[in-house]
Amino acid sequence: MAKKFKDLVDFQVLSLKYKTRLTKKFESRKGYEPPNPNQILSYIPGTIVEIFVKKGSKVMEGTPLLILEAMKMRNKIIMPFDGKIASIHVTKGVMIPKNELMITIE
Amino acid sequence: MSLKKSILDLRKRKKKVQQGGGEKAIERQVSMGKLTARERIQALCDKDSFIEYDLFVEHEARGFGMEKKELHGDGVIIGTGSIYGSPVCVFAQDFTVAGGSLGLMHARKITKIMDHALKMRVPLIGINDSGGARIQEGVNSLAGYGEIFYRNTLASGVIPQISVILGPCAGGAVYSPALTDFVFVVDKISKMFITGPSVIKTVLGEDISMEELGGARVHAETTGNAHFFAESEKECFDQIKKLMSFIPWNNETKSRTFPPKPPKVKGKIESLIPSDPKQPYDIRDVIRAVVDSSDFFEIQELWAANIVIGFGRLNGETVGFVANQPLVLAGVLDVDSSDKAARFIRFCDAFNIPIITLEDMPGYLPGVDQEHAGVIRHGAKILYAYSEATVPKITVILRKAYGGGYIAMNSRHLGADFMVAWPTAEIAVMGPEGAANIIFKREIESADNPEDMRKKKVQEYKDKFANPYVAAAKGYIDAVIEPSETRKLILHAIEVSASKEAMRPKKKHGIPPF
Repeated sequence: MAKKFKDLVDFQVLSLKYKTRLTKKFESRKGYEPPNPNQILSYIPGTIVEIFVKKGSKVMEGTPLLILEAMKMRNKIIMPFDGKIASIHVTKGVMIPKNELMITIE
Repeated sequence: MSLKKSILDLRKRKKKVQQGGGEKAIERQVSMGKLTARERIQALCDKDSFIEYDLFVEHEARGFGMEKKELHGDGVIIGTGSIYGSPVCVFAQDFTVAGGSLGLMHARKITKIMDHALKMRVPLIGINDSGGARIQEGVNSLAGYGEIFYRNTLASGVIPQISVILGPCAGGAVYSPALTDFVFVVDKISKMFITGPSVIKTVLGEDISMEELGGARVHAETTGNAHFFAESEKECFDQIKKLMSFIPWNNETKSRTFPPKPPKVKGKIESLIPSDPKQPYDIRDVIRAVVDSSDFFEIQELWAANIVIGFGRLNGETVGFVANQPLVLAGVLDVDSSDKAARFIRFCDAFNIPIITLEDMPGYLPGVDQEHAGVIRHGAKILYAYSEATVPKITVILRKAYGGGYIAMNSRHLGADFMVAWPTAEIAVMGPEGAANIIFKREIESADNPEDMRKKKVQEYKDKFANPYVAAAKGYIDAVIEPSETRKLILHAIEVSASKEAMRPKKKHGIPPF
């Protein structure tokens, strides 16, 4: 008789479902989310050293929104297109991780 | 000085230097649960076999008060010894002497023993326990690291190189182990990282402990940097000795042979395999049912467990196994498992070890994360490694061999010398359900009862294609065998390939998709 194994789960590869175990890495993988152009995320972990805009202000494409300092470099974060600042999620002096929502625009 | 006096003087000098960093530093080393560098060498080598070189080397650093400092052996012990009677070159960093920090003479000693190992064509074992570069020696330490990396690279594929991490190994120092063939780590003792927790905290604001960042378990389970994980230093040295029994001295010799022994596993091999092809089994049980004494020495057991790699013996001779593991992620190929298998295949090929591939896999793992992590590039490594290898290559297909995975797992098309399949093998471009849905799309959609039609067509496809006989009819596999014939057949294949000669076009070197 073949051995019986514990902790088996269903695992689909293409059209078939197999009984198997998962790895930690597989279980903790992040699902894909399509990027939202209205959300300005940090592309590197760092510190917000300056914020140039206020909630509600109309901003032209190319205008600096804030400075994100990381690895001793001051990175200018600029407006990707003409629009309005819907909300600001960070304050001056805070340290943020990568992919943190900094500003929402419309 | 009389002869007797000078001998006594030598003994006195030796004794002084052999104390390393002195009693206090040794006490600290012991309190961290670590052996001293000298004890480690004794534990690793055959009794009384170790001969030390460069015991009296002293550093030449000036400035920062270094001229007043006496650093015994400059913080590293080098020499030659033997393991089970086979010669090895060894260096062991001595953390009790200036934290095992690497200065110019320290590096010179290491490169000296590396040159020796390469010239004598014997394996090199490096025991790493060092705080890193000796800051006072500035660019001389950097030069030292660079010269070590250069030699690691020259020696790669010529002599086996083993790194043992028994303490911190941080910054540039990690790249020497990374360039070697096997890295051993011990729980709570080994620490490896490029930048430590304090730098990460100040620069990026991320808070992490040393253990979570680069402890033994992290490298054995998550990063794949380590090949062997042990609970204690003693267990670690036993693992190294066992590994040494499987591998040859250099690329021009063969591994030592042992008296042939039958597998210990009783009962039929087919009883290990569930009748439902969707149910898993542990592929290592199959390997144990095939190898001598059922002794399978697994490598990187905790990382990318969906593929199993390791050494065993067949009729006393070392072979390498690469096997899909249906018990983990159904045995799919993905970024990590391709990487793991490819490197092992290249090791076996470099050191004249035949490769046995056991195949049971549903294909490459689908997913955005896999595609974006570069599964194309990493998956290509396994194709490259198998195609490039000229050692005897034998494949046994147990159950599923679908699509790209069938090609990748040492297929005939990549140069397998022997391809055999069990009668349960399914060699097809994809699983029957998927294939039927595509081929019979119209018939299924236009049927009065599509679900019934789908089932019928899936069965039709299964009967026709989900077997080894279509591939056998083309000569893509050489034989369909009963599972109980597996060991006999592999033994035969190895015997036949004893003087295999595979031609390759002349080149400087290939460009594998690293």
